[in-house]
Amino acid sequence: MLDKNIIANLQQISGKEQVLTDKADLICYSYDATQKQYLPDVVVHPGSVEEISQIMKLASENKIPVFPRGAGTGFTGGSVPTAGGVVLGLTRLDKILEIDEENLVATIEPGVVTEDFQKTVEKLGLFYPPDPASLKVSTMGGNVAECAGGPRCVKYGVTKDYIIGLEIVTPTGDIIKTGGSTMKGVVGYDLTKLICGSEGTLAVITKIIVKLLPKPEAKKTMLVMFDSIDGAAQGVSDIIRNKIIPTTLEFMDGRTIDCVRQATDLQVPNDARALLIIEVDGDLEFLAKQVERIAEITRPLGVVETRIAETPAESEALWQIRRSVSASLRNVNPDKFNEDICVPRSKVPEMIRKIEAIADKYQIPIVNYGHAGDGNIHVNIMVNGKISGDHEKAEKAVVEVFEGALELGGTMSGEHGVGIMKAPFIDMELSTNVVDYMKTIKRALDPNNILNPGKIFPSDR
Amino acid sequence: MAKLKELEDFRDEIDQCVKCGGCRAYCPAFGAEKHEGRVARGKIALADSLLKGDVDLEGKFLLDMSQCLLCGSCYAQCPNKVHTEDIVAATRREIASRKGLSTFGKGVGTILKNQGLMNVLAKGGGAFSKLLFKKIPDQSGLRLRFPAPFISSDRTLPPLTAKPFRERCPDIIPGDADKPTVLFFTGCGINFMYPESGEALLKALKFIGVTVIIPKDQVCCGLPAVSAGAAKTVESLAEENLAVFQQNKYDYIVTACASCHSGLTQIYPGMGEEFNQYKDKIKDIFVFLVEQEFAEKLSELPKLKDRTKVTYHDPCHLRNHGITKEPRAILKALPQIEFVEMEDAGTCCGLGGTYSVYHYDTSKKIGAKKAGFIAESGAELVATDCPGCIMQLQDSINHATEKKRAVHILDLVAEVLPG
Repeated sequence: MLDKNIIANLQQISGKEQVLTDKADLICYSYDATQKQYLPDVVVHPGSVEEISQIMKLASENKIPVFPRGAGTGFTGGSVPTAGGVVLGLTRLDKILEIDEENLVATIEPGVVTEDFQKTVEKLGLFYPPDPASLKVSTMGGNVAECAGGPRCVKYGVTKDYIIGLEIVTPTGDIIKTGGSTMKGVVGYDLTKLICGSEGTLAVITKIIVKLLPKPEAKKTMLVMFDSIDGAAQGVSDIIRNKIIPTTLEFMDGRTIDCVRQATDLQVPNDARALLIIEVDGDLEFLAKQVERIAEITRPLGVVETRIAETPAESEALWQIRRSVSASLRNVNPDKFNEDICVPRSKVPEMIRKIEAIADKYQIPIVNYGHAGDGNIHVNIMVNGKISGDHEKAEKAVVEVFEGALELGGTMSGEHGVGIMKAPFIDMELSTNVVDYMKTIKRALDPNNILNPGKIFPSDR
Repeated sequence: MAKLKELEDFRDEIDQCVKCGGCRAYCPAFGAEKHEGRVARGKIALADSLLKGDVDLEGKFLLDMSQCLLCGSCYAQCPNKVHTEDIVAATRREIASRKGLSTFGKGVGTILKNQGLMNVLAKGGGAFSKLLFKKIPDQSGLRLRFPAPFISSDRTLPPLTAKPFRERCPDIIPGDADKPTVLFFTGCGINFMYPESGEALLKALKFIGVTVIIPKDQVCCGLPAVSAGAAKTVESLAEENLAVFQQNKYDYIVTACASCHSGLTQIYPGMGEEFNQYKDKIKDIFVFLVEQEFAEKLSELPKLKDRTKVTYHDPCHLRNHGITKEPRAILKALPQIEFVEMEDAGTCCGLGGTYSVYHYDTSKKIGAKKAGFIAESGAELVATDCPGCIMQLQDSINHATEKKRAVHILDLVAEVLPG
C-alpha cells in the first residue's frame, strides 16, 4: 500500500478524479492480453507531459514503481503492474497535434488509437503502414514502446521505421526530445530507435513524430492454396526472388486450415495443406499484371486453387478466412500459448516441420499461421487448462520451439516483445555480455529501477 | 417456472474472455468515457473478482456495472463470443439479491415498489401527466425508463397516449384463410407512446391478408427489468406472457420493437424449457413482411418524383441477431423514399434500457455521435424498428438542434397503403 501522502500528491498533480484507488478501478487496470493479473496501488491518468514529469519525480524520490499503459493489449505483460505502485494510463493524451502535408510528417500524442490515426491521414491521401492486429484499439504509444509489427511489414517495415522523433519523460522526471522532424539526422546517439521497442522500461513516451507515405492508389487480394507447406514456402521465396514485394504475404498451415474448415462454412478444398493470402498495392493498372505474375510464379508449386478478388467484397471474403482463424482455434482446445517466433523466410518450411515434430512428441496440437513474407510465425500451442499436465507439456514445447527458431538463425519474438512472458528465456537468445550491455543502459537511465521494473530481464539478476 | 440464470452459471463464459481488449473499439459507453471499467473486458474482470470474493459490492463496482447499455456491441465483435451483456445483467441481479434492489441504479427498485413516487412522474418531459401515467402498469418497462426523480428537464419525451394501442383495437382482426395468423406482441413503447406505429402494423398486415390477434393480457417483455437487475419482475412478466403464448393459436409472434424481440428470443429461452418452443415462432415484423414478399408488393407502387431522403438506424437488439437487411429492404421498396446509408448505422443510439435514465450525460454523448452521422447522411428522416431508439434518436437530434425526425419504418409503410 502506498502512503496516503503519495496519493494526495498524485491528486494534486493530476486532479482528484484522475487518481483511482477504488478496488474495482485497480482490478480494471491489472491485466493485459496475457491475462496475468497484478493489482496496482493506484491508477493515474495524467493530462500533460508536465504532470507526467512531476509524477516521475515523485516516484523517483519515493522509489515507487511506475507502469506506463496504453490500451493494455500486449501479449507479453509489458504493461501489467507486477510490483504494485502506479499504473500510468496515457489514454487522455490522445490528440493528433499536427499533420504536415508538405513534409509528410505527423506529430501525435501517445494515447491516439492506431486506426484512428491511420484513418485520419488516409483522408489526406497519406499512409501510416504498421498494422498490428489490435490496431482498432491499440495506442500509438504502446505501438512505439513495443515496436509493433503487422502483416504489411513485409513491404513497409515495422513501427520503428516510421518514428523519427519523440518527446519523452525520463525515469527521473526530465522532459527531453529525441530525433526531430527531419528525414535525416545523425547528431549523437539514435535515442529514438533505442526507445522504440524498449517496452516502457527506459522512458514514458509523451509525443511521437511519425514519418508518412503517400497512400497507394489501390490494392488487390489473392488466395493461393498449395498441396504442401513446402510449396507455399517456395512460393514466398519465388515471388520475392522475382522482385515482387507484396504488401502482405500471410500463410496458414494445414492444421490451421483444418480448424477453419471445421469451425466455419468457408470453402477450402480438402487437399489444400497450406495457403497464402497475398495482397499487392500500388497503381491500379499495375496491380492486375502483378497478380497475374504471382499466379504464374506459384503455378508449378503444387497449387490446388488460386482465387483472385475482383471486388472489395471478394477481397473481404478472402481476408475473412484469415480472420476466422483466431476464434476457430478454440474448437481445438480452450487455451493457447501464443508465440511469435521469426526465422529467415527461406527457413519457414523447416521451422514448420520442427514444430510438427514437437507437437507429435508432446502429443499437443500446435497450429501455425502468420506473416510468411517476413518469416514471422504465430505458433499457437493449444492446451486445455483443465487437463492436468497440459500446461507443463506446453511450457516444454514452447522452449523447444524457441530452440528451433534460434537454431535456424531466428528470434523468439518478432512482434510481441519480451515483457514478463519471455523474460525467463532471453538468455537462450542473448549472450551474457549483450544482456549486461542492455542492463547497463537501464541502470544508468533508471538508477532506482522504478520504470516498468521486472520486464525484459529475468528478475534474478 | 421461469428462472433467470445466476452469475455463477456464467463461470465458463467469463473464463472465455482472453482480455484481448477488442471490445474497446465497439463499446459505446467506453467510447464516451475512456475508462476500462466501462468496457466489456473490465466488466468481465469485475464479475470474475466478484465470483472469487475479491471485491465488495460498493463504490466503483456498482458504478461500473451500471455503466453498460446491454447493447451487445461487444458480443457482436468478440472473437470468443462472450455475452458480456448477459453477464452484466446477471451481476446486476446478484447485486440486487445481495443488497436489495434499491442499491442498483440509485433506486430503480424503489420506483418499482413505490406507487407514490411513481405519481410524481409528471414534471419531467412536461408531456407526462399523472393521470396518463396511471394507465401504465406498475411493472411496465416504461416505469423503469422514466422514474421521475431522474428525468432531466432538457429531455424530449414523446407524449403518452390517452388511449393505449391495445385498448384501441379488437382482439382479433381476421384475414384471408390461406394466410398465416400472427400474434402481435405490442410492447410498452407502441402501446403507450407510439400507438400509431401499432396501427400502421395492422394496416400492413391487413394489406397482405394476414390474420392478427392482439391479446389484451400480454404484458411488458421484461427487458428494462433485466437492465435493472430485477430478477423477480422479469420472471413474473415472462410467466404472464408465456400464458398468453400458450392460450392462443397462431403461426408466428411478431414484434415491432427490437428490445421486445431480444427479450423474447434471447432472455426467455434461458429461463426454462417451456419457453424454448416459442423461440423460432418469434419474428421481427420486417423479417415476417419480407418472407411474405411484402417488399415486392411495395415495389409495384409507382415511385414518386420528389422522394424524401431517409436513413436507417440499426437497433442493437436486431443487429446482434443478424437482422439488418430486412428493415432496409422494406425501406428501399417504399415509393416515397430515397434510401441513404449513414456512417456507423449499427452503433448504439445511447438509450440502453435504464442506462439513459441514470447516465443521461453519457447517454447524450453517445446520442450526439449518432446525431452527427444522421446529419452527415443528408437524410430528412431517420427510420428504425424500435420505439426506444426512436425516443432517444429524437432527443439526440433535438439536442443537435437539427430539424429532422425519428420515425418507425411502419409509419412510412402506412403512408402508402390504402385505408
